[in-house]
Formats: sequence, structure tokens, C-alpha cells
Amino acid sequence: MNASDDSLKHASGPYFGQYGGRWMPESLMAAMDQLTQTFEDAKADPAFIEEVKELNRNYSGRPSLLTEAKRFSAQACGGVRIFLKREDLNHTGSHKINNVLGQALLAKRMGKTRIIAETGAGQHGVASATAAALMGLECVVYMGAEDTRRQALNVARMQLLGATVIPVTVGSQTLKDAINEALRDWVANVDNTHYLLGTAAGGHPFPAMVRYFHQVIGEEAREQVLAQTGRLPDAVTACIGGGSNAIGIFHGFLDDKEVELYGYEAGGDGVDTGRHAATITLGKPGVLHGAKSYLMQDDDGQTIESHSISAGLDYPGVGPEHSYLADIGRVHYEPVTDTEAMDAFKILCRTEGILPAIESAHALAGTIRLAQRKLAEGAKPEDTIIIANLSGRGDKDVSTAAQWFGMLEDDAANTPEGN
Amino acid sequence: MSRVTSAEKIAAARAEGRPALIGYLPAGFPDVETSIEAAVALAENGVDVIEMGIPYSDPVMDGAVIQEATVQALANGFRVSQIFDIVRGITQRTNAAVMVMTYWNPVLSLGVDEFARRFAEAGGAGLITPDLVPDEADEWFAASEKYDLERVFLIAPSSAEARVKRTVEASSGFVYCVSLMGVTGARSEVSSAAQAVVDAAHGAGAENACVGLGVSRREHVQEIGSYADGVIVGTALVAALRDGGVPAVGRLAAALSGRA
Ligand SMILES: Cc1ncc(COP(=O)(O)O)c(C=O)c1O
Repeated sequence: MNASDDSLKHASGPYFGQYGGRWMPESLMAAMDQLTQTFEDAKADPAFIEEVKELNRNYSGRPSLLTEAKRFSAQACGGVRIFLKREDLNHTGSHKINNVLGQALLAKRMGKTRIIAETGAGQHGVASATAAALMGLECVVYMGAEDTRRQALNVARMQLLGATVIPVTVGSQTLKDAINEALRDWVANVDNTHYLLGTAAGGHPFPAMVRYFHQVIGEEAREQVLAQTGRLPDAVTACIGGGSNAIGIFHGFLDDKEVELYGYEAGGDGVDTGRHAATITLGKPGVLHGAKSYLMQDDDGQTIESHSISAGLDYPGVGPEHSYLADIGRVHYEPVTDTEAMDAFKILCRTEGILPAIESAHALAGTIRLAQRKLAEGAKPEDTIIIANLSGRGDKDVSTAAQWFGMLEDDAANTPEGN
Repeated sequence: MSRVTSAEKIAAARAEGRPALIGYLPAGFPDVETSIEAAVALAENGVDVIEMGIPYSDPVMDGAVIQEATVQALANGFRVSQIFDIVRGITQRTNAAVMVMTYWNPVLSLGVDEFARRFAEAGGAGLITPDLVPDEADEWFAASEKYDLERVFLIAPSSAEARVKRTVEASSGFVYCVSLMGVTGARSEVSSAAQAVVDAAHGAGAENACVGLGVSRREHVQEIGSYADGVIVGTALVAALRDGGVPAVGRLAAALSGRA
């Protein structure tokens, strides 16, 4: 990597400004060192790079398309040109596959035979189970007990793929507790087990490593937009859970100073209601799950539970590179409420025939807001280009959305009430 | 107030030809008053060093028993600033060394210097930090030097030699030797890995190497005492407090220390 001094690309960790690091038990340090070394060696190994490319091409279906959303633009964005980076078209239906294939290959390089993962809605769990099946690894997925009930179909998907799903009944029984349980499992089984963390958070090397496997999103998008329009976009947008799809697409444009970058956090019921997951907007720096980063916490440093209609964004932490990019002002982070996201969800369905993941609908809602702001500032719509990362498809969200729009009679089994 | 350090208590036990006994209880479990009474009962029944744990929302190194106790303490309204009252309450009534075991975010949140100052004023000896490694501890080095507090870091069976050395050098009071790869919880036998961890600590120059995780019985104390400088008991005491209250804690401590 020969980035110039002021380049923001390829930041290697462990620190991103004051963020990142390894705030975690000594028992895991040897495994983190081994993983770091294996990752560094693999990155320098042409055979590994080729193996990842080959899987991306012939298994996931990369490159994913860049689709201009003309009817969406006309209806909601005043004609500002909107391009969707179609991670929804990847195998298993989201960007998550990029990271799991890469990490599963690393697990094999380390001689590990078992992977564990956390999951909220089940997307990362399904992706992990998929990679494990493909590579002949044992797979155990930790999932909050409440989520296993709400996402019973995704539990079945993981089981069909051969994974064991363990409902987490301790703590708040949510995604953060699923991560805690996975870490406890890892401490006890680190000899044969790799913890396949699903987002660009956690202790070093996870943030830099997860980003590395998702960088392909931004690299492709940059090439595609140049090919299709002859120029770089004015802005790139993405939703922020832990931040993996966002850092993946942002990375391609970090050093293009004229390209504005926007990350949309889950605003839940609204940031003034206390029921949200707007970590950067309202959190303060702290340490959780191995990294120093913005964190939703109370005055005592206890983690606060987050809330969002989108299980994939329902996390009180965020990856450390985002905290750094927020502090230096390179990326702007804003909250999007459940209502705004669901409005955008519906518009995309009706105008483009694309059913987005509710996570991705947060990026769409932010994109609409941004386009309107650009127009208000006097931008010419036909000369303004925004790329939104459509991180996943909404098949998993059909019951939540149908419920939201009042299309279902009471269906107790699938009621997505609460977080 | 004169502060008693863990190093002093371990040295005193050594002079008596026995390992120091270190007992863990969660602060504020089941409530603040009872946790002070239970800690006093430890000291009255042969425990040399008391380790009070700050209940935390994300205790990744703890097994089910301690998690449930700390969840209950939080549900009962425990606030981090009460740890200083608890430490003061114990140091005023015993001559045990009082350590606090804490995940790092509550300390960061209050401010490392502020936490250290108030803790030292309350008579505390030092901090045991399960999710803080020396690599990230610059602020804690500064504050612990300033207020003369002991820094207890952990080493594990997985710790490479260089990390053991670094951790031993960074620690004061004692080095916490994790006996096995896992989380807190009583086990029927002492892990066979424990002695190697202690040997590694001693080999790296540690004066005091104490073993924790999975220790629950007098036989464990004796077995570990044959090679380590101190023995740490947690889950078994927490379960005793949960099931039998303060008297049960006193009885178990007496049994562990060989007084009963
Ligand atoms: C489709 C989709 N998009 C986004 C996310 C949020 O994760 P991240 O911020 O790591 O991209 C998830 C997480 O489950 C997801 O499934």
C-alpha cells in the first residue's frame, strides 16, 4: 500500500485517531495477534487475493450492478440523478457475504475448524452459515432470544445451512448480548474457533479487516459511475449499523475530496425520544466489544439499549473508523427515523420494483433528504449525482413492512414490536 | 486513612506459610448495605484481599452466576459512584486490602483520574482490570502512579512469553493468573493449565502470582497454594450470598481459609 501522507485510504489500525485499539481480555490477545498476522500475510499473497476475487465473481455474483433509479429520482429527488449500488443482488442478499467469505478463508488458513458469529435479524448469521457450508466449517450463531422468535424464518435458514443457532437469554437479550456470548464462547474455544464478527467494529484487526473485504463495493462503484456518467458523484450515501457496508463504499471515494460522504444512523422513534440507535449523533466515546468509539451509554458508562425498526442497525456501538471520520469531518452522519426509512422503502418498491432491506431504506431516506437539500441550495438536478449503497434486499423484511403498512391482520408470530 | 495494599497482605500470608485468600463479590448485590456486610464477613473469616466487582452491562469475562448477580444489582439501582461508599464502608471495618474489579468503560466514563482519586480517598488498594491490557492503559498508568494504586492485569494460558513479561512489568500488587481459557464460574477441578501460567509469571519476575477462575473449594485453595502466592474465589462466594445470605458467605470463607 503506497498511500500518500494525507490519504485516508487503507488505514491499517489499530488506531483511527483516538479510536480503535484492543480493549479486550488478555485471554483473546493471542488469537487477535494470530488473526492480524494471518490477515497481513494473506493480503500480501496473490493466491489469496485471487481466491477472494474468484469467490466474489463466481459465487457471490460480483461485480454488483450500479443501477440508475430514474423513476425514484423523479418522484422523490426532484430529478437529482440517483444511482444504486446493488449489494442486494449478491448471493444471500446483502453485502454481508463479502466479509464472511474473506474471513472464512482466513479461518481455514489458521487451521480453525469452527466459526462462531453473532446476528441480529439473521443476515450475518445466514451469510456466516453459508460460508461455513461452502468451506466445510462448523458454524454456531448467537442470536438474542427475542430475535430468534421474531426472525423464525432466518433461524430456519441458518439451520437448513447446517448451522446451530443459540438463543441468548442473558443481559438485554439483544445483538450486543449476542456479541458478548460469542466472545465468551471464543475465549473458551479459541484453539479451534474463529469469531467471524459481522461488522467493521471490534478490536484490531477487525475494523480494518472487515473494511478490506468490503472495499470492493466502493472500488466497483467508482469505476461504474465513471463509466456510466464520465464523472465522480457529488455524494455517496450508506446506512450505518456497525458500519461495514458504509466503510466499504466510502473507502473508494475517501481521497476524492470533492465527493461528499453521508452515513445515516437509525433514528428509531426520533433522537429526542431516547428510542434510537444514533450512536455518532448522540453517543460519546467509550469502549465496547474491543474498540474505543462513539457509544450509546449512560452517565455511568453502562451501555444503553438501542432501538430501530431495522434489526441490522439496532446496535449501540459503531466501528472506530467512522468515529474518526466523523471527528475530522470527512463523513457526515445524520439520523433517519423509522418513519422516514419506511416512506423511502415504499417509494423504492413502487418506482423501481426493488424491495430494499429496511437497513438500506435508511440510506434511501437520507438520499432523498440530501437531494432536496442540494436542490434548495441551487444545484441543477441533472448535473447532480448521488450514489446510494443499497446494502441488501428486503425479502427478510416483508412481514415487518407489511405490518408497518397495515397489510397484515394480527400475526403474532411475526410482530416486530419493540426493538 | 492508612491504606492496606494487596502486596502487604500477600506478604503477610507468605510469612505465615500459606497462600493469600482473595474473595470476589459484586458491589451492590443484592444491595449496597448487604454487599458491605458480606465483604466484612469475608474479612472476618480469613479472606486477606477483598475484590469488589462493579456491575457492568457487558461483562464478557463473566459466567452465568456473576452475570445474574450483577444484572440484579443494576436492576436494583446500583450506581458506579456507590463503589466509593462501599470501599470506604469495608476499609473502615476491616484491615483487609480492598481491590475493585472493573470493566474499563465505567472508569473511562467517570474519568480515569477522578475515579482513581476518589477510590484512593475511600481507602482502596488498586484495580483489577479484566478488559484493559497494558497496551491501552496509559491513562491508568498515570493515575495509578499519582494516587499510589495497585494495577492488577491478567495473564492467561494463551499469553505468549513477551506478553507475560510486559504484563508482569506493568502490574503491581499481584498478577492475576487466569487458570483456564474461559469465563468465571465454579468448576469441580482446578485447571491443569493453572500452574504453567503461574510459573510463567514467576519466570517473568512476578513476586505475587495469584490464580483465579474455577476455584471453589478448600482443596483447590490448598492445591493452588502449593505453587501460587494467592488464590481467588468468586462464583462460589456469589452463589453462597445469593442462596444463603451473609452467614453463608462467612461459612464458605471460613471453609476456604481452613478456619472451619
Ligand atoms: C442489509 C443490511 N444493511 C446494513 C446492515 C448494517 O450493518 P453495517 O453497518 O455493518 O453495514 C445490515 C446488518 O445486518 C444489513 O443486513
